[in-house]
Amino acid sequence: MSVRRLDPHAERARRNRLHPRHHEFARPAWRWTSGDGVTRINPHALGAIGPNGIKRIDRSGASVEAAASAGPQASAEPSRRQVRLEAPQAYVAVVPELPEGRLSDHDRDLFGLARQLAEARGGAEAGVAVVAITFQTEVAGLEEAGADRRVDLSSRVEADSYAPEARLAALAAMEAALAPAHWIFADDFPGGGDLGRRLAARLALAGDAAARAATRVWQFADGQTLSRAGDRQDIQREVARVLLALPECAEPVSETLHAATLLDLDALDHELSASDERAAGVADLGRVAVDPQQIPLAQAPFILSAGRGVSDWDGYHHAARVLGASEGASRVAVDDGYMPRSRQVGATGTFVSASCYVAVGISGAVQHLQGITKCQRVVAINSDPSCDMVKRADFAIIGDGDAVLAAVCAQLGQPQPESGDSRHEEVRHDAA
Amino acid sequence: MTQPERSRNAAGEARVVALVSSGRHPVSGRAGRAREDARAVEMGLALAGASLHLAHAGDAEDAALPEYLGMFHGLDGAGGPGELSLLPMAAGDDAVPLLATWLEAYGANLVLTGQRAECGEGSGLLPYLLAERLGWAVATGVAAIEHCEGDRITVLQALPQGQRRRLEVRLPCLLCVDGVAPMPRQSAFGPSRRGRVEAVTNVTAEPDTLQAAWQWQPARARPKRLKVVKSTNARDRFKAAAAKSAASGGQVLTDLSSDEAAQKLIDYLRAEKVLPAVQPGEEGQPSA
Repeated sequence: MSVRRLDPHAERARRNRLHPRHHEFARPAWRWTSGDGVTRINPHALGAIGPNGIKRIDRSGASVEAAASAGPQASAEPSRRQVRLEAPQAYVAVVPELPEGRLSDHDRDLFGLARQLAEARGGAEAGVAVVAITFQTEVAGLEEAGADRRVDLSSRVEADSYAPEARLAALAAMEAALAPAHWIFADDFPGGGDLGRRLAARLALAGDAAARAATRVWQFADGQTLSRAGDRQDIQREVARVLLALPECAEPVSETLHAATLLDLDALDHELSASDERAAGVADLGRVAVDPQQIPLAQAPFILSAGRGVSDWDGYHHAARVLGASEGASRVAVDDGYMPRSRQVGATGTFVSASCYVAVGISGAVQHLQGITKCQRVVAINSDPSCDMVKRADFAIIGDGDAVLAAVCAQLGQPQPESGDSRHEEVRHDAA
Repeated sequence: MTQPERSRNAAGEARVVALVSSGRHPVSGRAGRAREDARAVEMGLALAGASLHLAHAGDAEDAALPEYLGMFHGLDGAGGPGELSLLPMAAGDDAVPLLATWLEAYGANLVLTGQRAECGEGSGLLPYLLAERLGWAVATGVAAIEHCEGDRITVLQALPQGQRRRLEVRLPCLLCVDGVAPMPRQSAFGPSRRGRVEAVTNVTAEPDTLQAAWQWQPARARPKRLKVVKSTNARDRFKAAAAKSAASGGQVLTDLSSDEAAQKLIDYLRAEKVLPAVQPGEEGQPSA
């Protein structure tokens, strides 16, 4: 943005009507303050002549925005203040959950809480650094999330297998090397809630009496944390060494940008190699295949949902089997008796949280859309391009749902076997 | 999943103990069984039958104890009355040293409990503190016990989105039972009357000094997070406040044949990793 500069000579000439060059500088002001302090606006001096020769006054700011975009690109988000920390004196450690290798909203909240705790201990002036301890190599966005330093433990612990004891040993080595003032975990099972409790128990048994974890922490205020206890009670207590925090425990960092410098592991933990080698008590034997129809609908990760636009119900059930999706239905399909009530999605049925929701022949009633607000990706297959479900969808196909599902099964190599059962369904519908 | 059918066979030589706590109905607030602990008792009954032993640290007059003992019915063979060891302590005492000494003295090597208590602190730390003190293994989120052989037990762990993971845990161990485990059987009146509660006398509870410094208050509703738009521009802030939430502008495909549409849909699902990526050997499949 260019700096507005004042010309004092021009100002003086503009104010003095008797100045010999007054007419050069005088321009009709559209807004001025009169002698008694009232703001006056001259509407005739406002606005610009449009292309049709008509004067237009644009108060929406659109012309300003258009002018700004024509110039050098100005981002809508205000730029973040860079925070650099050269020699940390103390640490606040955050172990983010990183589902699918990315920072989740919960993780950002944890970093926000860590920044609050670091500020309470003096912040960057006192040399308090927030360190992110991850079990994965490449994690994007730690700078924006608010990490001053990061530690990559992927060389010590296998990233995708469940080995809580190996992870605990790695964290205990970090405790010996960095001695963080606080450890922050996400309180959910079986991720950070499990690991954080293990670490808290290890520290508590090692003689650190104050290491007893504060669980389900949801607020930090006035140097104390509020954590939810059983039986509808809250515990207000001094900030514990190990904190297991709920989602939305703090506002995520939005105004600063941090360095997230990688700390060198070998320089840190010379005693890691000497850590105790206990026999592993818990061994991971891998994921178990789960029948998608047995998963409760509210938890199912992938749902194929059918509505009035589906007429070939055998083909639909076959497609759900081929795709490995849980079955859902709109209210119409349930009322017509094609699907059980337990499969109904929406405000009067189940609120689902699938990561992928495929709606076949569902136009998208308000109650249905309320039920799928937590779905990450919505795919619509519908013959009506103007329906609400197509507007909501991230990916929409305009066409006949039955034909598309049959083609999907055929292309996946498992076309539906021919059978004469479809007339039976019609009879049952008429009887109902 | 194979159901453990015979008590001694299924549990092997494991001495199975379930730690139970007093619960609170989520709506009415009535005292009773804790939901996860009841599931742990159910799991122990399915594994060890009537040889399951219960333990509770707390008040002898607790209304939940007869309810747990009332679950000892419908068992194969000699379904004797349930037995519960009561470790007397006040509400402000520390249960961990009590339970640790009692478990060692009893000789238990498989302990089942819920993930989190419904009364008191409810932090879910107790299994971890016990396991650390005793040097046992601990596994959380257990949805089912598959089988128990020798000094190994195979369990299924509940993961988010209804997924399961198989774990092999070394005995002696503590298993924290998740809320998605099989439903507990009803508590019956007769077995609850016949069940025996034995107070353990040779232990003394110590007060929990840390807990004394905390302030307890009725749970407040958590504030809803407001969507704050950070912009230097008043017009942007106004637009964000007045904007409708919908219309994210997805991709809409029209005028496709059903085969093309199916191909696009499969490509999209593969790109989003909902469907597994195509295998190299499957390329030669006839595509319609």
